[in-house]
Amino acid sequence: MKLLIKNGRLVDPASGTDETLDLLIEDGKFSAIEKSITARGADVFDATGLVVAPGFIDMHVHLREPGFERKETIASGLAAALAGGFTGVACMPNTNPVNDCGAVTRFILDRAKTSSPVAVYPVGSVTQELKGEDLSPFAELKEAGAVAFSDDGLPVKSSKVMRRALEYAGSMNMAVIDHCEDLELAHGGSMNEGEASARLGLRGIPAEAEVIMIRRDLTLSRMTGQHVHIAHVSTKLGVDVIRVAKKRRVAVTAEATPHHFSLTEDEVASFDSNYKMNPPLRTKEDVEAVIEGLADGTLDAIVTDHAPHAYEEKLVEFDRAPNGIIGLQTAVPLAIDRLVLPDKISLKRMVDAFSCAPARILGLKDKGRVESGISADLTIFSLRKETFLKPQDIKSLSKNSPFLNRKIRGAVVATVIAGAVYPVKD
Amino acid sequence: MSLGKHLLGTEGLGASDITLILDTAERMAEISARPLKKVPALRAKLVVNLFFENSTRTRSSFEIAEKRLSADALNFSASTSSVQKGETLVDTVLNLERMQPDCYVMRHASPGAHQLILPFTKASVVNAGDGAHEHPTQALLDAMTIRRKKGGFKGLDVLICGDIAHSRVVRSNIHLLKTMGAKVTLCSPATLMPPHMDSLGVKVTHDFNEALKGKDVVMMLRMQLERQQKGLFPSLREYYQRYGLTEERLGLASPEVIIMHPGPINRGVEIASEVADGPCSVILDQVENGVSVRMAVLYLLLGGGEDEAAH
Repeated sequence: MKLLIKNGRLVDPASGTDETLDLLIEDGKFSAIEKSITARGADVFDATGLVVAPGFIDMHVHLREPGFERKETIASGLAAALAGGFTGVACMPNTNPVNDCGAVTRFILDRAKTSSPVAVYPVGSVTQELKGEDLSPFAELKEAGAVAFSDDGLPVKSSKVMRRALEYAGSMNMAVIDHCEDLELAHGGSMNEGEASARLGLRGIPAEAEVIMIRRDLTLSRMTGQHVHIAHVSTKLGVDVIRVAKKRRVAVTAEATPHHFSLTEDEVASFDSNYKMNPPLRTKEDVEAVIEGLADGTLDAIVTDHAPHAYEEKLVEFDRAPNGIIGLQTAVPLAIDRLVLPDKISLKRMVDAFSCAPARILGLKDKGRVESGISADLTIFSLRKETFLKPQDIKSLSKNSPFLNRKIRGAVVATVIAGAVYPVKD
Repeated sequence: MSLGKHLLGTEGLGASDITLILDTAERMAEISARPLKKVPALRAKLVVNLFFENSTRTRSSFEIAEKRLSADALNFSASTSSVQKGETLVDTVLNLERMQPDCYVMRHASPGAHQLILPFTKASVVNAGDGAHEHPTQALLDAMTIRRKKGGFKGLDVLICGDIAHSRVVRSNIHLLKTMGAKVTLCSPATLMPPHMDSLGVKVTHDFNEALKGKDVVMMLRMQLERQQKGLFPSLREYYQRYGLTEERLGLASPEVIIMHPGPINRGVEIASEVADGPCSVILDQVENGVSVRMAVLYLLLGGGEDEAAH
């Protein structure tokens, strides 16, 4: 089995490559990366005019199975990932049962293996049943295949528990991913606290609820010397403190979502629950700060926080609706449309944020780069084509997205996993 | 002339819309003054009063307005309805829709709940209060009361004092009064004033005595005991000392000041009895004008003919 990808613009931040090259793939692995390869008997994929990048990994996804199969299954979530250009996803543990033991991790991996070529990297919970009290069995989870730990959806409220988690996970070279929110200060709010909430009469979540928790985590990371990863940073305050911490060599990494770099709190005026997420959509200044953070690497990764909710769950009063939107099929076009084409970040930085950074943060061996001898995972996309998704184009079981029926510049053309090409249908 | 199909808020209502409603309300007031207080303007129209929150005053006021216009009124309250069985708001509306209503008058605890039902109904929707967002007919009845006493709005200095954070009345009043050319000042303890209220184009202060100076209109808001229980201010006693409208404080305002309150009032909490019952108080006029304004809104939205109203 040979596959020749011809005339694509290979952008591989790991090797600093950005030029038109051919890639030869044999037996699922890269075998040659050169100018003008000819290979007899190889299938040829013409990538003229397209960008060829190391496979994108979305390190923040909710696959909902086990427990919430009405919203999403592992199979449907991975189908969305494949159509969105992702060769791997890390799935959060807030399922039912919670992924707080090896049995659940193994179930997820087994289910994934039989349903999709997309790799799944399970994230185990920090605390048993997400209760914020007793640590989950980190070693058992790692042994079963977990790649990091998080109580995502909730912060690790207790500083003592967070300290222990960092120490224990750090001793196994694994990151703790924290959803940073001071829940008492957030006070059950359903949007950003700002001018829009003042006008709409909805209870707001102040930006300070995020930064107070980020500061605590940075302090504990510095204290323990262990790696903390800050999930979905949404505020300028948050970006600023992480930037300073990185300069002081705190072992922190961070991520941002497409909705936090594309949308502001003003959208909530429609009371459409597809604009309800946690952290909430913030102000224009926050959006600009998130973009700057992505540009200068303060925010390492772009993640979707793909959060499927069934139609009827979202079709309720705004303050009663569950948080979150799906994102797997819109993330890459949004990054192109909002970041790369307006020259806010370089194409290389975008590829890094989608592939190298997640691989680095999660410690995934032989991922996030293009190199002879490693598994041939690629994301092939166009900067010129446009994406226009109707609800029926969405592979997720849930269609809760504010980005449907909208033109977005940029499109994923094909996902390549272990040398097999999965074209994205127009 | 008509208003369009729905009345969801005062935000976005133009001065001409507001004047039309107030002028129409004056004509409706004449109807209520007749020995036979009823006209056939909305005969055979079905109005559903859809109240997902307790309300005696607003609901009665709407119901009287509907009856005076000869509409059929159906009262649907959450406590006795399928909502308790877990039916969603959208399903409730989809069911009611098959009864061919012409209008929903809805009160709901969630801001924006009215937006949610619009795609599922052919009827007009009138917002009778959505959380802390808007309560447009309250602002309109306040405006009718102010216009009757002051003759207009231009340059009027209006103070709204009390629980700003939880008040739908305040937002509707800000939009309306600003559109009509009045100046608005908000006053409350800092804990009951959401940040960024000044972005609505109003002055924000926490000093009641200072704020009262020279005011033409003072609107007091109801202070609920549960706010104290949630730690938003130390005690009702302290609240009354700092923000209670007493006769002594009243002297700080303009000599022609009028005192308003959306009700129900808490005597001795936000307002002294002598003030509530005193010569400056127009609180009961507000109640009376509420019926006229609601008649006007229903009449304008449901398209009763010009002639019938005059009938």
